[in-house]
Amino acid sequence: MTAPVLEVSDLRVRLRTPRGPADVVNGLSYTVGPGETVAVVGESGSGKSVSVLALLGLLPARVATVSGRALLQGEDLLTMKPERLRQVRGPGAGMVFQDPMTSLNPVLTIGRQLIEGIRAHGDVDKAAARRRAADLLGEVGLPDPERALDRYPHELSGGMRQRVVIAIALSNSPALLIADEATTALDVTVQAQIIDLVEKLQAERGTGVIWITHDLGVVAGIADRVLVMYGGRCVEDGTVDDVLERPAHPYTRGLLGALPDLAEPVDGVVPDLATVPGTPPPPTDLPKGCVFWPRCPVRGDARCEHEQPPLAVIGSAAATLPHRAATWCTEGPEGGRAG
Amino acid sequence: MFALVHLVPGDPVRLALGTRFSQETYDALRERSGLDRPLVEQFFTWFARALGGDLGVSFRSGDTVTSLIAERLPATLTLAFASILVALVIAIPLGTLSALRPRSVVDRVATVLSQIGISVPDFWMAIVLILVFAGTLGWLPTGGYVPLSEDPGGWLARLVMPAVVTGVVSGSVITRFVRSSVLEALGADHVRTAQAKGLPTRQVFTWHVVRNALLPLVTVTGVQLAYLLSGVVVVEIVFSWPGLGQLALQSVEARDYPVLQGAILLFALVFLVINLVVDLLYTAIDPRIRR
Ligand SMILES: Nc1ncnc2c1ncn2[C@@H]1O[C@H](COP(=O)(O)OP(=O)(O)O)[C@@H](O)[C@H]1O
Ligand code: SF4
Ligand SMILES: [Mg+2]
Repeated sequence: MTAPVLEVSDLRVRLRTPRGPADVVNGLSYTVGPGETVAVVGESGSGKSVSVLALLGLLPARVATVSGRALLQGEDLLTMKPERLRQVRGPGAGMVFQDPMTSLNPVLTIGRQLIEGIRAHGDVDKAAARRRAADLLGEVGLPDPERALDRYPHELSGGMRQRVVIAIALSNSPALLIADEATTALDVTVQAQIIDLVEKLQAERGTGVIWITHDLGVVAGIADRVLVMYGGRCVEDGTVDDVLERPAHPYTRGLLGALPDLAEPVDGVVPDLATVPGTPPPPTDLPKGCVFWPRCPVRGDARCEHEQPPLAVIGSAAATLPHRAATWCTEGPEGGRAG
Repeated sequence: MFALVHLVPGDPVRLALGTRFSQETYDALRERSGLDRPLVEQFFTWFARALGGDLGVSFRSGDTVTSLIAERLPATLTLAFASILVALVIAIPLGTLSALRPRSVVDRVATVLSQIGISVPDFWMAIVLILVFAGTLGWLPTGGYVPLSEDPGGWLARLVMPAVVTGVVSGSVITRFVRSSVLEALGADHVRTAQAKGLPTRQVFTWHVVRNALLPLVTVTGVQLAYLLSGVVVVEIVFSWPGLGQLALQSVEARDYPVLQGAILLFALVFLVINLVVDLLYTAIDPRIRR
């Protein structure tokens, strides 16, 4: 197997909040291979954004304490010197943020925002950087890229802005692309176009992708693997087929609950995550045992309340991409865990 | 505004003539100044002339109001621009540093200093400076004004203290604005995008934080400049600075209506011009305002 692009182990993030320390990410481990897409799903507040911001050192230093290891092409992002981290941001990992209305600087032209990113990583003269910027805008499907360079963000629609943000993220041909709900704010058609674009670029360049989303239609469409987050932990991961068709964790089953057929849009509408009754635990006050315990409809084991279930392999341990879940509960659609 | 000037109790003619005068002299002067006519008529006469650049003649000295104002204008402009320079030199670094390290020692010291700057009366600060630098140390003259063209050294020596006093007051106000606008700009989403591109910290700060914090800075600087240009009366008096504030005050005391009206008209014009300049700067700084 080729070396993974990203290898995260035991990532933990603690944030200082007015209501005390918040354990927002609690021991997250996963890998992203070249050309592979890992979808991260979970309710709002489960720590998805914080966990990826932590990778690139984008959390406010005064508030966040990050520990663990995150090897990007073999180099640990979390212990990197600031100057090295700066060099890695861009060519190593590009990031697309959720809100295209706020993630561009309103007072600088699109061209300037692209060009400065290109020129921060190599000795490129202005004219060459400008040509490259126009090419990138063309690649992400912006009409009339030459002219778009001299426009300001407010002159473009949300969908067009998000393409610009994607162009910026891709401008240094990153080994890893992180998309944090990159299409959530966009309408379905634009969403589909952007997903196509990322898949195309991924196929061409072998980029590893972390795709954070609420949208199970997207997950089924583009992901190779799925990671389900709850309370800052990975409660279940595995291949798309394993997780979506044979969910093992009660939380995952809850999320998938009301969905008729995951892969197929119903009447053109892509299914979204189902609502699980109750609310996630506050990260300032997590349950002692299983994080899902307060809301779990199963609670099938005496240890549920007091002992944290480990993320254990279910199904065939020999599979190259094992299916894992963190629950004591042993019943499932397949009759439980073997292993 | 016009009516307000005339509502100030006291009779300008009586004041202009001193203590001994005959009724005939009084009536004659009153008629000559047009003060015997109805207020509305007086206003339109004044307004029509003002449009033609004639602001009338001082009751007190007999000089034309335009010449009196022109005489005071250089001193006022000098002090106002020197003060705003002092204010910005204090406020931009201090406000920025505070915003970069909220609740740090620098921030706390800056907060206390600007609180003091805002609340300590300017005449008090002026007197302390005079006592120390003109009195005890003897480094600077106590006040007065000489034109730059006549004596550059003397001009600067006399400008320092009044400019520092008014500059500190305005600077304290501006520091707070700089702090809050830089703090807001720092938290903006696009700053994270800029960092994620791998820009050097300085570039992120200059082009994605400071550049975006300029807008509120321009506004508050305009307001402060307008205030400084309309004459900082107390400071002008303490430092015997022959500016417009002093002129306005003297004309109030003498009920010298034409001069007072002229000064107020000028202040109104200053506000208009500054507003216009601020708007133009806005358009230059923020593309969202351009159409
Ligand atoms: N800067 C911050 N300061 C304090 N708490 C934060 C901050 N950012 C996020 N959080 C908290 O961390 C938790 C996880 O947030 P986030 O990662 O944004 O969730 P998700 O992306 O899964 O919706 C939430 O409880 C949120 O309130
Ligand atoms: S460990 Fe227990 S409480 Fe937690 S999800 Fe499994 S069954 Fe529910
Ligand atoms: Mg999020």
